[in-house]
Amino acid sequence: MALTREQMAQRVARELKDGYYVNLGIGIPTLVANYVPEGMDVMLQSENGLLGMGAFPTEAELDADMINAGKQTVTARRGAAIFDSAQSFAMIRGGHVDLTVLGAFEVDVQGNIASWMIPGKLVKGMGGAMDLVAGADNIIVVMTHASKDGESKLLPFCSLPLTGAGCIRKVLTDLAWLEIEDGAFVLKERAPGVSVEEIVAKTAGKLIVPEHVPEMQFA
Amino acid sequence: MSGLDKRVGSYEEALAGLTDDMTILSGGFGLCGIPENLIAEIRRRGTRGLTVVSNNCGVDGFGLGVLLEDRQIRKMIASYVGENALFEQQLLNGELEVELTPQGTLAERLRAGGAGIPAFFTATGYGTQVAEGKETRQIKGRHYILEEAITGDFAIVKGWKADHFGNVVYRHTAQNFNPIVATAGRITVVEVEEIVEPGELEPSQIHTPGIYVDRIIQGSFEKRIEKRTVRG
Repeated sequence: MALTREQMAQRVARELKDGYYVNLGIGIPTLVANYVPEGMDVMLQSENGLLGMGAFPTEAELDADMINAGKQTVTARRGAAIFDSAQSFAMIRGGHVDLTVLGAFEVDVQGNIASWMIPGKLVKGMGGAMDLVAGADNIIVVMTHASKDGESKLLPFCSLPLTGAGCIRKVLTDLAWLEIEDGAFVLKERAPGVSVEEIVAKTAGKLIVPEHVPEMQFA
Repeated sequence: MSGLDKRVGSYEEALAGLTDDMTILSGGFGLCGIPENLIAEIRRRGTRGLTVVSNNCGVDGFGLGVLLEDRQIRKMIASYVGENALFEQQLLNGELEVELTPQGTLAERLRAGGAGIPAFFTATGYGTQVAEGKETRQIKGRHYILEEAITGDFAIVKGWKADHFGNVVYRHTAQNFNPIVATAGRITVVEVEEIVEPGELEPSQIHTPGIYVDRIIQGSFEKRIEKRTVRG
């Protein structure tokens, strides 16, 4: 069985460490905040200028001046800091964020990522995605392994305009956990009940399959 | 202190000198912390051919989106322009030019503009469309592109409180691009929720020192919420 959105978030959350500063993109990455392990404290960075993003507000707490990078109303947690956009991207570009989790349309064996533009469709802009992938050392890309038509999104070369070149090393799909090493995807873990054969069939880029590929475990 | 008293009496006065084809830098992120009354005044004046630098372009009928209705904007420099049907239509018609810039690069180009730095190297966008036509350099083994600073004829800013001297503080995440654009305008106009007596703002807590600010006006704000999300 392919992983659910919640299981994908749970798997990413296992990469968190106590004391991490983390930037979570829109969509499944946002769900990671729900699975921070007990006893661990992480600070969420929102690139509009908030370090220490808290829960969504109650009706009583709702405040138009308090939003996240997805433009949703949020709260600030205890210990939060608020600053301007240049400061926010200094943290990102300067490599101070410990982990960045974001979605993508495609990744390739060179660590290239395409996530902001589909030619022929209207371009809305890259927002902060190019800064995030250029600035972070530790990035996890979260995406479905193949399109609805079965086309692989793990490619020899990205076909869409790039968000960043050579900056991705870790990819979680609904089928597998992979790492990019020396121009190939390396299959590290597979989703429960998903065969290595299925992953091989749905990976267009060069894939290295170790002798033993453990199955992810979920409670 | 008259020379240092930045207060003006009307929005008309606040944007005196704004003419066609100028460049306007606007604070705000989405609809959060946007100078909504100054934008309304630009619309009232009917100034045209504007280049507007802002992270976003408002929504249909609110924020910078209203300047699209009368085709006042010729060029937009932004990082994300979604959520705006009129914008799409004018872009596809070729009535509007857009320069998409990564958000952090946009912030830094404005910061550099205000700080007297003409250009800087950044890794952001290297190897992508953003790098096309730009000078590149390898420094200590990593590739960078040269990005030029941005300045404007006017900066329009939304603050929370300001004193007569033009010292400004912002409220929560309504800060965003506001203090940065405030440094990069030839004429910087700040509208605030409250003008306070000199001495009321703690000097060490000032976000925008008055040296950057030319005009201050107190307004009232709708503060529209773009994505209202609450927990149960």
